[in-house]
Amino acid sequence: MSEITLKEMSRKPDALICGGRLCAGCDETIVVRQVMKATRGPTIVTSATGCLEVSTSIFPYTSWEVPWMHCAFENVAALASGIEATIKAMHKKKEGPLAKYPTVDVISFAGDGGTYDIGLQALSGAIERGHDFTYVLIDNEAYMNTGIQRSGGTPFGASTTTSPAGKVILGKTETKKPIDEIIIAHGTPYVATINTAWPLDVMKKARKAIEVDGPTFLHSLAPCSRGWRFPPEKTVEIGRLATQTCVFPLFECRQEKGKPVYELSAPSLAIAKRPENKKPIEAYLEQQGRYRHFFRPARKEALLKELQESIDTRWQILCEKAGV
Amino acid sequence: MVAKQKIVGLNGDEASAYATKQVDPDVVAAYPITPQTIIVERFSEYVADGLVGSEFVAVESEHSALSACVGASAAGARAFTATAANGLALMWEILYIAAGLRQPIVMAVANRCLGGPINIHNDHSDAMGARDSGWIQLFCENSQEVYDASVEAWRIAEHADIQMPVMVNFDGFTISHTMENVYILEDADVKKFVGKRIYMKTEGPKGEVEFKLDPDTPISIGPLDLQDFYFEHKVQQMEAMKGSLKAIKAVDKEFEKITGRKLEYVYPYKMDDAEVAVVGLGSAMGTVREVVDELRAEGVKAGMVKMRLFRPFPVEDLKNAIGNVPVLGVMEKAYSIGGPGAPLYEEVKTVLYDLPKRPFVADYINGLGGKDTSPEMIRDVFKSLQRIKERGAVLEPVSYVGVRE
Repeated sequence: MSEITLKEMSRKPDALICGGRLCAGCDETIVVRQVMKATRGPTIVTSATGCLEVSTSIFPYTSWEVPWMHCAFENVAALASGIEATIKAMHKKKEGPLAKYPTVDVISFAGDGGTYDIGLQALSGAIERGHDFTYVLIDNEAYMNTGIQRSGGTPFGASTTTSPAGKVILGKTETKKPIDEIIIAHGTPYVATINTAWPLDVMKKARKAIEVDGPTFLHSLAPCSRGWRFPPEKTVEIGRLATQTCVFPLFECRQEKGKPVYELSAPSLAIAKRPENKKPIEAYLEQQGRYRHFFRPARKEALLKELQESIDTRWQILCEKAGV
Repeated sequence: MVAKQKIVGLNGDEASAYATKQVDPDVVAAYPITPQTIIVERFSEYVADGLVGSEFVAVESEHSALSACVGASAAGARAFTATAANGLALMWEILYIAAGLRQPIVMAVANRCLGGPINIHNDHSDAMGARDSGWIQLFCENSQEVYDASVEAWRIAEHADIQMPVMVNFDGFTISHTMENVYILEDADVKKFVGKRIYMKTEGPKGEVEFKLDPDTPISIGPLDLQDFYFEHKVQQMEAMKGSLKAIKAVDKEFEKITGRKLEYVYPYKMDDAEVAVVGLGSAMGTVREVVDELRAEGVKAGMVKMRLFRPFPVEDLKNAIGNVPVLGVMEKAYSIGGPGAPLYEEVKTVLYDLPKRPFVADYINGLGGKDTSPEMIRDVFKSLQRIKERGAVLEPVSYVGVRE
């Protein structure tokens, strides 16, 4: 892999420039800018319908400095399949407008709704067919663009407008789909979780994902000030807490001889080595209005315990997979 | 000069696949299952045998098939897909997007009815569901027309004044699975005729560029288009579709030069002195022509008009073809449940309404779900038209042909 340094990256022009209309404190622009810093050459970007798409492309303006396309909500992976097939065909035929570029990388950005729910079929199909593209899941854990409706990516207990915390039901009663495991189970050559609190880690993983042949998947947790109910200046802090509490551990998974090989990334590996540094989930939950009902009017001890245990179990399973 | 051609036996699906092989599009993305068509199987064989340079993307649904074509086309490729019935219905969302983003994709549709109840046989309910989406729609009567349309469609779609997707419709089973003699061109002549894809020009952030995804000239395709511009863009599409009536004629003429086959938007048959006539689309029109001949032999002044072009609707050509016939029957394999009639009937009547002297018009819905439209049934339609002529009134504006009581 070619070396990535902060110095080099800071000199590289942004692919997503100013003028976008995302909310103050939105993590999406941060993810996109960090991932796009890691591109290695000519790149085509596709976006699923969502916050990122509607905020960066209001006609006749665009914030994109690279060729960018949006088609619909559920088909960003299929759209990318067609673009990638075109690159292959033009290289094979040695004619057509993309034939002149030695490489053209394709990157798709989609939210949790466009990935866990409505877009899962197209994504699964594109991975099974082995298209050479990088899929970036920007997971803000609900349909934020349309007003905070629950998705398959919304975690247990979170209050959304379609899983509200009421007098009887306390937020979402179901758990978050294990999307990384679903993608890894496809035999995807490279899967990694990313967190903008660790920019160099994001860029290194993004470059790796772009360079690996075949489909690759980057899962970013994108704290959402509006939907998670926290002040906009706390985005990165809350993202960092998600990893420090092991709610969102950072790891990579590559395939070796048909076997998935997991590796914890530095911030999570440090916790695995010194478990006393693992923060309790309350540190993460109490900062967010979507979990308010866990603490008020009364502290829900049983619920907090249940959630902590499930996070611990998942973390333990991951550590076992990573051999630590 | 007419190019060298040879006759081969092909069914409609094979005619479509063979023409597409000769065109050699960059990307073919298809899901040939709901229901299955042979087109994609044949094409996969061409790919497997190295006869084409196309990338074949065996997607997991029709929705993804058309989505992949949209991506491919936007990246500058020639993109082809094929489908039918429920598969076309599953594409519905992307039909509008492909057309709205002005992607000159070509799609073959072996017309079959929509479930439910499930049924895999021919009618036009699938294509009629797409009539407002912004696709050019050609209807074929036989395998020869399928071959011709499958070659010509690329030139129509990519014409500088058009830049719109084209749907080549032909009747499921009746054409798709029936072997006929077809005149085919040589590969080199097809290649020469379709040439290289041309791109629409657009105003990019840094000046005029070609409308495609290209790292050297980055543009954003498919942006959020709100109250400010959406209507204008839709009007551009509608106007371009209207304007294509002129451009398609020019392509037809070029096609005639190499094949010797004259292509029209509508084909009037024995209409000059006709007193009762039928208008319609697709394979059934071949049977209608036979019946017209029989009736003429019996002294009935019967005629017919076959439509090859349905979108854009060839208003003037149709008016001219219908002429002064006093009674007109619309025969169609489609319906609009709760509507005043089926789609073609409604549109034909709209076209005729402003004429100073307009014929009586009645709608004859036939052949739904693959029910055979026999010569006897068509004779019944003409009998019904003659009764309208005698009475001077349409008593039953919409009726169903050959349905059990």
